Amino acid sequence: MSGGLDGPAPEERPTPAGRRNEQGIRIDPEVEVTHEPRRTVISALVKHEPGVLAEVSGLFSRRQFNIESLTVGPTTDEDRARITLVVEEPDPGIDQIKKQLRKLVPVASVRELEPDAMQRELALVKVDAEDPAQVAAVADMYDATAVDSSPETATYEVTGSRQKIEAAIETFGQFGIREVDRTGTTALARGTDETTGPTPAEASVSAAEEAKQTKYTADDD
Amino acid sequence: MSERAATVSPPEEHTEEDAQNEQEPDARSGSEEPTPEPVTSGAQAVVRALENAGVEYAFGVQGGAIMPVYDALYDSDIRHVTMAHEQGAAHAADAYGIVSGEPGVCLATSGPGATNLVTGIADADMDSDPLIALTGQVPTEFVGNDAFQETDTTGVTTPITKENTFAADPDRVGDDVGEAFALANEGRPGPTLVDLPKDVTNADTETEPGEPETPDTYEFQERADPEIVAEAAERLENADRPAMLLGGGVIKGEASETCREFAIEHEIPVITTMPGLGSFPEDHELSMEMAGMHGTGYANMAITHCDTLLAVGTRFDDRLTGGIETFAPDAEVIHVDIDPAEISKNIHADYPLIGDADTVVSQLAEAVESSPEATKWRAQCQQWKSDYSMAYDAPEDEPVRPEFVVEALDEATGDSAIVTTGVGQHQMWACQYWTFTEPRTWVSSHGLGTMGYGLPAAIGARLAADDDQEVVCVDGDGSFLMTMQGLSVAVREDLDITVAVLNNEYIGMVRQWQDAFFEGRHAASDYNWMPEFDKLAEAFGARGFRIDDYDEVADTIAEAVAYDGPSVIDVHIDPEANVYPMVPSGGDNGQFALTEDQL
Repeated sequence: MSGGLDGPAPEERPTPAGRRNEQGIRIDPEVEVTHEPRRTVISALVKHEPGVLAEVSGLFSRRQFNIESLTVGPTTDEDRARITLVVEEPDPGIDQIKKQLRKLVPVASVRELEPDAMQRELALVKVDAEDPAQVAAVADMYDATAVDSSPETATYEVTGSRQKIEAAIETFGQFGIREVDRTGTTALARGTDETTGPTPAEASVSAAEEAKQTKYTADDD
Repeated sequence: MSERAATVSPPEEHTEEDAQNEQEPDARSGSEEPTPEPVTSGAQAVVRALENAGVEYAFGVQGGAIMPVYDALYDSDIRHVTMAHEQGAAHAADAYGIVSGEPGVCLATSGPGATNLVTGIADADMDSDPLIALTGQVPTEFVGNDAFQETDTTGVTTPITKENTFAADPDRVGDDVGEAFALANEGRPGPTLVDLPKDVTNADTETEPGEPETPDTYEFQERADPEIVAEAAERLENADRPAMLLGGGVIKGEASETCREFAIEHEIPVITTMPGLGSFPEDHELSMEMAGMHGTGYANMAITHCDTLLAVGTRFDDRLTGGIETFAPDAEVIHVDIDPAEISKNIHADYPLIGDADTVVSQLAEAVESSPEATKWRAQCQQWKSDYSMAYDAPEDEPVRPEFVVEALDEATGDSAIVTTGVGQHQMWACQYWTFTEPRTWVSSHGLGTMGYGLPAAIGARLAADDDQEVVCVDGDGSFLMTMQGLSVAVREDLDITVAVLNNEYIGMVRQWQDAFFEGRHAASDYNWMPEFDKLAEAFGARGFRIDDYDEVADTIAEAVAYDGPSVIDVHIDPEANVYPMVPSGGDNGQFALTEDQL
């Protein structure tokens, strides 16, 4: 005897018309939304203390967020370090990354940068230098600086956008690349827009809120 | 106490204390209690931080690296309950936190002590229970050298704590503990851990812990955006098929009363999640009880067919939602949660209301001006309650039905009785057949699903509960066997708890799944033999009882509950009994099976 309960069987029950998609959004047949993964830069200001990097990288692995690069370094505030992440996820995933990052106790602020933010990466490229003149010509093309040379090798420093670094590495490839080390993307917001602050859209909202608040207080007094 | 009296501070020290008290004006005012001795070591600062936070109980097990802290506890009024295993210490502290609303405290030594806590910490993390773990650590100079009983405790526990700290500085160790305490219960609760190297706790320090503060990077939102509140209120007013879904956050946020008043005023049917049991009285006609994999048929029908779902303090766990695409597919979702990361994580929130549950539901209550006209819907919900009744057959000449035992236990104890469980079939029967009417009376392992949670949880719950509250552990034979050494604690501490082991000599839930999905191949689920739990209980010094037939149920339970101390009832239930209704993993909540053939 395995028990069981009485009541109309599944096929006798009414079923609702609606459905949700994988992101839990109700499907509106007229405007079906699909979220394609996109690459974006997230900048986080964190407490400058041991263990924070492990906490952040652990978060990405255990929640299966797709991360392309992670850089970390001190800031002018000795209590804060900046972590810059390049991630590739659909919109709901990016939203989760931002929220989950912000939730870590040592993380002070999180912001997704605008697509026009300044993004730079540095790479060290060590190539075979059998034909130094040609190597130097390629280096020139990418504004690369020589940092080391030996009878067999030449090592150049290239900085720039990710695309530029990739193009440089590809071009250097014709000489035979011995080793490459890349830093991953560092980034800052442009102009007066603060990398740490709210996004420009949020800033205008909070400015309006502040204005309302001030007015309210004034009336109250 | 006599030791303390014998070491009253000499008069000249009073001026120093007074100077200290001027910095902390609240330390003395309105209190007749003697000023505590100044701290002299890191360990004393740890204990002082706990005392300042009002800690009454701590659960733990001694060991090398934590000895200085225990030595400091020796002089404290904090009552330490020595557990038989660190896992039990974490579960007991977790349950203490659930019942009292204040963080529970557990202690363990380094290495195996700390790793034994891990299951309990992970459990608290999944269920957002306020918990503080204090772990001993090898002296700082040995850290990283693979010293005896060394484990990277902060490394191991990073993914399962809200925050953890390696206390490196004796002058700050008291503040580290104070901060951990504050963090555990602020915003969304969770476990915190402070790892205490032995040299730091042994070190001399006179630094008293300051006023506990959460880190400046930690913040949470109290009130929801009033514009979204207004939009959500309008949606509720115009709903044809409104429903409320109350999760564990309602209980943790002390929002049960506000939610209950709101539901009753606007006559909205109320569904709860498993951690939300007790947030709304299940004997009220608006209660649809628990939804999800083993929720009631009527709760699952209501959640599947509603057009507006006001969900409070729930993270839309997969055992609740089943398949995402069929979860409340017609409903616009109003999601109230204090953790922004829960909003639209699993189910998209059409009206995201971030904030404290009680505050936000109060905001909503103020904004909703008229009740939804949903007479037909309410009648439909009542109809489902009778269509999919939880009534079961219990022929007297057959083995005892577990549902009957749960109902008998409920009847034998008061409304405010606290129920703890392990994990498995017995846990589901407890959810389904116990009538929960008050918050903080349901203590279980929801998210992690930790077998063996029940008995240590009953120990913690007992110490947090009022004297007139009964504490009952509804356990399974498999679960009980995992942590039954805790009986020694219950006997030693003379704790009045009743354990009812629903014994089917199976890992019952696995057996049920094997029958449904693995062609009845009972791989490693069929014990076919179990120790005699009543006799084991007697060996521990507890009272032992046994039930085989229906006619023994009421009297035996009455006797066990009446016994003023730990008792264990070995209830031999129908071994083939299964839990229904059931929504298979990832299935459609509206298509729940009532029998095995419907799976």
